[in-house]
Amino acid sequence: MNLDFEPFLLSFKLAGLTTFILFLVSLPLAWFLSQTKMKLKPLIEAITALPIVLPPSVLGFYILWALSQNSPLGAFFENVFGVKLVFNFTGLVIASCFYSLPFMVQPLQGGFESINKTMLEASYISGKGKIQTVLQVALPNIKPALLSAIIITFAHTVGEFGVVLMVGGSIPGQTKVASTAIYEFVEIMDYKMAHIYSGIMLCISFFVLLSVYIFNKRHVKKVGL
Amino acid sequence: MIHIDIQKELHGSSGKMILDVNLEIQEGDFIALAGKSGSGKTTLLRILAGLEEASGELKIGHETWLDNSTCKPVQKRGIGFVFQDYALFPNMSVMQNLLFVKKDQDLAEHLLSLTELSELRDRHPSTLSGGQQQRVSLCRALMNQPKLLLMDEPLSALDPSMRTKLQQEILMLHKEFDITTILVSHDPSEMYRLANRVIVLEQGKAVQDGNPREVLLQTNGSQKFSFEGELLEIRKVDVIYVAVVSIGQQIVEVVVSVEEAENLQLGQIVRVGTKAFAPTIS
Repeated sequence: MNLDFEPFLLSFKLAGLTTFILFLVSLPLAWFLSQTKMKLKPLIEAITALPIVLPPSVLGFYILWALSQNSPLGAFFENVFGVKLVFNFTGLVIASCFYSLPFMVQPLQGGFESINKTMLEASYISGKGKIQTVLQVALPNIKPALLSAIIITFAHTVGEFGVVLMVGGSIPGQTKVASTAIYEFVEIMDYKMAHIYSGIMLCISFFVLLSVYIFNKRHVKKVGL
Repeated sequence: MIHIDIQKELHGSSGKMILDVNLEIQEGDFIALAGKSGSGKTTLLRILAGLEEASGELKIGHETWLDNSTCKPVQKRGIGFVFQDYALFPNMSVMQNLLFVKKDQDLAEHLLSLTELSELRDRHPSTLSGGQQQRVSLCRALMNQPKLLLMDEPLSALDPSMRTKLQQEILMLHKEFDITTILVSHDPSEMYRLANRVIVLEQGKAVQDGNPREVLLQTNGSQKFSFEGELLEIRKVDVIYVAVVSIGQQIVEVVVSVEEAENLQLGQIVRVGTKAFAPTIS
C-alpha cells in the first residue's frame, strides 16, 4: 500500500505556521482586551469570536471575495508583489489565521484576566514596562492557558475543512491538506484510504487533547491551586 | 518634604464622595493613615504610587510627580509598595522576586538576612507562610531603595503574634533605610507602635491629624479609661442592671442604671469609661 503523507505534512505545516502567526498577533490583542475598560470592548470581542459561530463556508466566501484578483486587496498584492492570495498555500495561511483567531485569543485573554491585578501593579511599581511585565510576569503565570491556546489553535487548524476548500481548493502539494484529502477519497468511494486517513487524524487529535489535560492537571497540582 | 494636594471624585458604597487631601509630610516620617473602609485611604495611597489618576499637585522633594501638565508614570516614581495580599510573583523564587526589581545581589542578601529569610531564598512563594510571604514582599519593596514606602494594610491578614514580629521588622527597616513611610492600618496598637503621626480620613477628608497619643487615646476630660465596644446583652440582677459589652477580644460586665438600661439597644456601639480610680496591671 502506498500511503501519501504529503497532505498530513501540509496540514501540520499550515497549522504550525498559523499557530506561530496567531500567537504573535493574539498576544497584544488578548492583553489589551484583558486590561481595557473601554466601551468598545464587547464589539471587539464579538468580532474576534465570530469565526466560532460562522459557517466555515461563509467565512471562506468572504475571504475569497476579499483576497481574489478582482478585489482591490488581491489586485494590489498581485500587481505590486506578484503574489496570488487565493488557491495557494499563502491564501490558506491567511484564511486559517482568521478561522482560528478566537481559539488563540480567548484562552490567553481568560488567562490574563485571571491574574491577580496587584501582581501586575507590583511589576509596574518595580519599574517594569508593559512588555516586560507581560513576558516575565503575566505569561509565566498563565502556563495552562498558554498551552491550551497553542495546542487548541494548532489542532483546530489541522481540523479545518470548509474554509480550506473554499479558499484553497484541493491542489496536491499546495492546498490539499489531510481533511480535504479524506473528502476526496470519500467522493471517489475509496473508503479504505478514507478510513486510514481518518483513523490517523482521530488518533492525533485525541492524543493532543489528552496531553493538554494531563499537563494542566499536573500544573494545578504543582502550583497548589 | 512631601507636598500632597490632590482631589479625586470617588464612587463609594455611600454614593459620590470627593477625596480632597492637603498634607505636608516631613522626610523620614512614619505616617499612619486611619479611617473607616471607603474613606479613601487606599485610593490616596494608590494616587501617590501613580496607580490611579487624580487632579492636583504632588511634590516629592524637588521632584514634581503630579500637577496640571505632568503625571510621572508609576514606573519612574521609584517607590516601594507593600500590598495586603503580598502580590509576589509565583513563578519566581524568593531571591528572583527581589532581583526582578533590581539586579543587586548584595542588597538582596542584606535584606533577606535582616528579615531572617536567607534560608528561604530558593523557595517559591506558594510554599511560604503568610508572614514569610509578607516579609518577602517588604524586602522586594525596598529593593529599589525607595524614598517613599507605601503599605496598604500589610499585616491585616496575619495572626497577632506574627503581626507584632513584623511590626518590629518594619520599624527596623524604616530606620535602617531612612525612608518616609505611609502605612494604611485599622489597628490602633500597630499605629501607636510604628507611626510618629496619625492621620484619620473620613469621607475623603483628613479629620484628625497629630501624634499617635493625641489621635488614638480615646478619653474625654477626666476619664482615665475609655473603651469602645458592642453591647451584647442587658441583664437584670436583683435590683440592678448589668450590661455585657464586647471590647476587642474580651467580654466585660458593667453596671448600668435603670434609665441607661432602657435607652440602650442591643448591638449598639457603646463607650465604656471610668473616672478616678486606681487600676492594677498584672
